Order: sequence, then C-alpha cells, then structure tokens
Amino acid sequence: MAKKNQSPNAGVVAAEVPKELKLHMLRQMISLRRFEEEVKRLYCAGEITGAIHLYVGQEAVAVGACACLRDDDYATSGHRPHGHCLAKVFDLNRTMAEMMGRETGLSRGRGGSMHQFDKAKGFLGGNGIVAGGVGIALGAAFASKYRGTDQVTVCFFSDGASNQGVVHEAMNIASLWKLPVIWLCENNQIAATTTVARSTCTPDIAPRAEAYCIPWAICDGNAVLDVYRTVGEAVARARRGEGSTFIECKTYRLEPHCGIIADQRPKEELALWRSPKKDCIKRFEALLVGDKTFTPQEIEAMHRRVEQEIAGAVEFARKSSFPAPETLYDNVWAEGAKS
Amino acid sequence: MRKLTYAAAICEAQCEEMARDDRVFVVGEDVDIAGGVYKLTCGIREKFGEKRLVGTPISEEAFCGLAVGAAMAGLRPIVEIMYIDFILMAMDPVVNQMAKVQFMSGGQFRMPVTIRAQAGAGTAEAAQHSQSFEAWFAHTPGFKVCMPATVYDAKGLLKSAIRDDNPVLVIENRVLFFDEEEVPEGEWTVPLGKADVAREGKDITLVATGIMRRKALAAAKALEGKVSVEVIDPRTIVPLDMETILASVGKTGRLLVVHESPTRNGIGAEIVRRVVAEGFDYLDAPPKVFAGSDTPIPFSSTLEKAALPQEETIVRAVKEMVGA
Repeated sequence: MAKKNQSPNAGVVAAEVPKELKLHMLRQMISLRRFEEEVKRLYCAGEITGAIHLYVGQEAVAVGACACLRDDDYATSGHRPHGHCLAKVFDLNRTMAEMMGRETGLSRGRGGSMHQFDKAKGFLGGNGIVAGGVGIALGAAFASKYRGTDQVTVCFFSDGASNQGVVHEAMNIASLWKLPVIWLCENNQIAATTTVARSTCTPDIAPRAEAYCIPWAICDGNAVLDVYRTVGEAVARARRGEGSTFIECKTYRLEPHCGIIADQRPKEELALWRSPKKDCIKRFEALLVGDKTFTPQEIEAMHRRVEQEIAGAVEFARKSSFPAPETLYDNVWAEGAKS
Repeated sequence: MRKLTYAAAICEAQCEEMARDDRVFVVGEDVDIAGGVYKLTCGIREKFGEKRLVGTPISEEAFCGLAVGAAMAGLRPIVEIMYIDFILMAMDPVVNQMAKVQFMSGGQFRMPVTIRAQAGAGTAEAAQHSQSFEAWFAHTPGFKVCMPATVYDAKGLLKSAIRDDNPVLVIENRVLFFDEEEVPEGEWTVPLGKADVAREGKDITLVATGIMRRKALAAAKALEGKVSVEVIDPRTIVPLDMETILASVGKTGRLLVVHESPTRNGIGAEIVRRVVAEGFDYLDAPPKVFAGSDTPIPFSSTLEKAALPQEETIVRAVKEMVGA
C-alpha cells in the first residue's frame, strides 16, 4: 500500500544527495528556525501563552530524519515538538494557529504548543509527558506490521526521556517482535536544567540499545546530511522487515528549557554552539555554497521568502477565530456528549 | 437458552467481535498461553492465531502505550490487565494519553481501546490484588466505565465496549468468573449507559454496582415481607443512567448506594450528589452510601469480610434507613 513519496527522494540512501532534496532540507531548516524565533517574539509580546519549548539549534535532526519519511509513515514527539511537527507536516499556518489557540490550528486550539497532531501526515503528536510518545510509537509500528504494510515510525525523544523506564520496556518489545520503529534520541545535552553528565551514567546513550539486540548509531545531529543518511539506512532496514534501530543524534539546545526558566549554561558554551562552526544552519549553508549547490544570493533569497511565509502564518493565525466556548465538550468522547 | 459462565461469556464476546472486525486484537500478559491466567481469552488463538492474540512481557506501560498508538493508526485493541492493581504501572499511557488524545487532537483521532481489567476483593489476595478503581477512571474525562455483574451483561457490555470509538474500561470481577446463568443462543449487546432494574420494589432503592448487585439482591430477598427493596444495577458508571435511578427514587423516596470500593470520595458520593441535585423532592429521607471501608484490603478472612459490605450488613443498613 506504499503511497507516493511526498518528500523528495524519501527513503533513498544516497552518497550524492540531489540538489532538489538539499533545497527542501535547507528551506525546512530555515523555516523551523524562523518559526521558533517568531514564536519567542509573540510569547514575549503576550500573543502566545502557556509553556513553549523552543527547538532552536536542533533543526537538522527533525529535518534530516523526516526527509527519509513518506506521508503515510508515522512520527511521535515530546514536549519540544514544533520542529518535528513542521518537518513531518510542514503546515506553517495551522501550526502557528495552534500556538495561538485558534480554531484553525492543527488541533483546533485544544492542544497548543505540546499537543499538535496531524492524522493526514502521520504526526501522532507532541506530548506533555517526557517519554509519553514512546509507547505510542511502539503501537503505530505494531499496527504497520499487523497490517503488513512497509510504513515505519520514527520516535523522537530526548536524553531526558532516555532514562524513563518505558523506553527500555519498548525497546525490548520492539526487538522481540521486530517492529519497524526508529528510536531517535535527540541528545541536546540537557533536560530542563539537568545536564546529561548529571543524569546519565554512560557517556553515550545509543549503546544501551545493544542490551536489547537493537543496532545503533551515533551521528552528528548538527549535520543534516549525516542525520539523513543514518536515518535513511534505518528506515530502509525497517521497511525491509528487519526491525528497530536506535540512533543518537548529538546536538545542542540553543534556547532555555522554556519561556520561564532561566538558562544557567556558560555564555562561552552558548556562543560556540551559535557560531558558524557549530550552528546547523550556518554549517549547511557553508557546505552548499562551498560545493556550489547555491550562491549566497540564492540562500539570502530563500531567507526572505521564509520570512514572508512566517509573516503570512502569523497573519493567518491572527485572523482566525478562537474556539467557541460552547464547543468545550467536543471530542471528550467521539460522539461529543456530556456524561 | 443455554448455560454459560461469566468467564466463557467474556471469551465469546471477544471471539464474536474479532470475527466481525479484523482490526480487533487482544494484547496483555499471558493471554496467548492456554487462554490466559483466568481463562478469559480461550478459543481466540485457535480461531484467529497469534497475530491477533498478543502475549506481552510484563511491561504494562509499554503495552498500554502500544494500544494507544495502534488505535491512532486505525486498529481496535482490547487490552487485558491481569489485575486492575497492575494498571497503576501504566497510568501515563492510560490517563495522560488514551483518555485525552481525541480531545487534544481536536477530534482527528478516535480511541477505540477496550481495557478489560478484573478487580475486587473476596479471594484473600490482600491489598495489591483486590482493589476497585472505578471511581478513579470515572473521574478522568475521556473514559467510559462499566462493571458487568451478570453473565448476560459480561458479554453484552463487552461487545458494546469493543464497538465503541472511545476508551472503555470494562471492570470484571473474578469472584463472578465461574457463575453460570441461562442465556440466549447467539449474539446480543447491552448498551453502555443503560441501567438494569434487577429487582422491583417500593420502599427503598438500592443502587448496587458490580458484585454488590448479587449481595443487594440477597439482602432484598432476606427482607421480603418486611421491606420491599428495589435493586438498580447501573452496569455503566460513566455514562450514568440517571433516568432509571431517578425514576426508582421517585417511586421509593429512599436511596442507599452500595459499592465495594472505599466509601470516601467514591461513586456513591457522586450518585447521591446527582440525586440530590436532580431529584431532591423525591427524597423522604437523607440518601446514604454503604460501601467498602476506607482501608487497604486486608488478607485475613475476618478482616477482609469486615472491609466489604455483606448481605447481612446491607440488611442492617436498609433496616436503619426505613426504620424497620
């Protein structure tokens, strides 16, 4: 039942990545970054409320991984889901409308920042509970195998989530039943304010998968093509019915944990990760200019185009209505009834 | 008509629904080995194979989460929780995910998960194998909760639960598993949200849930000639059939709610609240709750018996209320 690939060259493992795909990935990465910068601005201005966990700095992971997926593949995420949602669904308008609690949002304003869903594109949600998406990913992969399709599921979770028991329960089951799920541990080196060094007894997280007979890899999470190739191989394995893979992407969260928690990491460390040497977007742009895929002018034009699209998304959200109070009970049950 | 046990009714309901819809599968601990620890999945393996009868490791959080994800991907899982006490290992997938996804996703996803969990005391299994959690789940928006107390309802409610697009917790009672009843041939369903008038009477209404239906009926029989007792079994806790309860209280003027789970903040309190709010004028006496003690379930038989409403203590509570 394989459907048409929506992402350019989805699932292809290629040493030579086509220009069209590089364009797709760069455009998505810039969009994710600008989206989050705009969310931060709107949050500070009081137009977005609640808890916001920004994805700034980690764009290469979501974009590189989702470039390997088809629309009918599944992805789950955690409490920092804007990037995964955009990379899988890529609907700036409805994602921004959800951030602003509007009826036109992906979840009709019922979910907000942490609970964006899109059934049509297989995005099974952000999640307010750290590791809450892990069992859900297991179930989506189970459903693909049950139906005999070649769909795969990518479970995005964090270094913080890796210490939850359910991750270990789920790895055991995924390995036992050869389920087509990719455990994508995004190690941004900190969970809220606790660093990996203070939370995790091993220097790397991925080797834990070995205890469950799951092949694993560690990749540079700030190098989008590295993520793309590593996830691409895992996706191909899963589609062939060879089961689960664990991938740890080493990356860095450039913003504080969320809007209200101050960041106490050293300024020099933050500056380093924001520098052209480390920043995933600057690195990818330098690579693409260096190999003459794009000119600096073309990249500049892309930034301007994304800028306009983000402005359009904010405009779309602002013009959209808030949910009507009389719809409060909608979808508590399928039939929407009060008890 | 034919004779069927409560346990066999559960097996039969699942087999019928699995034949009707190939998206339905059963997942849980030991379910695939000889019909499970309590023989509630007998016959499924022979008819549908291991693909649709999935025995799991002891990992409640993972397999309840699996049910959520599988439902989001279009399947209709039946989750067996061997003892309801063990569902506490899975409160995140069950309460944070399963109950909320339909709402949080703006209705994009449905959550047709049936959780079958056996609950209750009376078998000397002590505090971690005897609990009753219906009030907890009734308190969580998103769930439907039912408690079949007869063989007929065990099959009929379970079939309705499996066909429902919402998460439904079906609380079974192991003391009833070997109960045998005359039932019809073939299929039937019992709608969720419809109470059963188990016995008609005119002096007092006993609303009795789960196994308390049986004890309330025994108490009503013991009181024959002295007090005319009406026994209502709500069958479904959420949604609650207030119409039937109010009609009964309108007739008798007195309400006593009997349940096995602890009294404090229990479903009895909720039923009394609603009767007071919606039918205060019907009441000739203060409505009351007679329920389990506010203690963990003890092991020793004298204490376990003392912790739960019994036929004779229900008789006493009724007599106090009617002044008999």
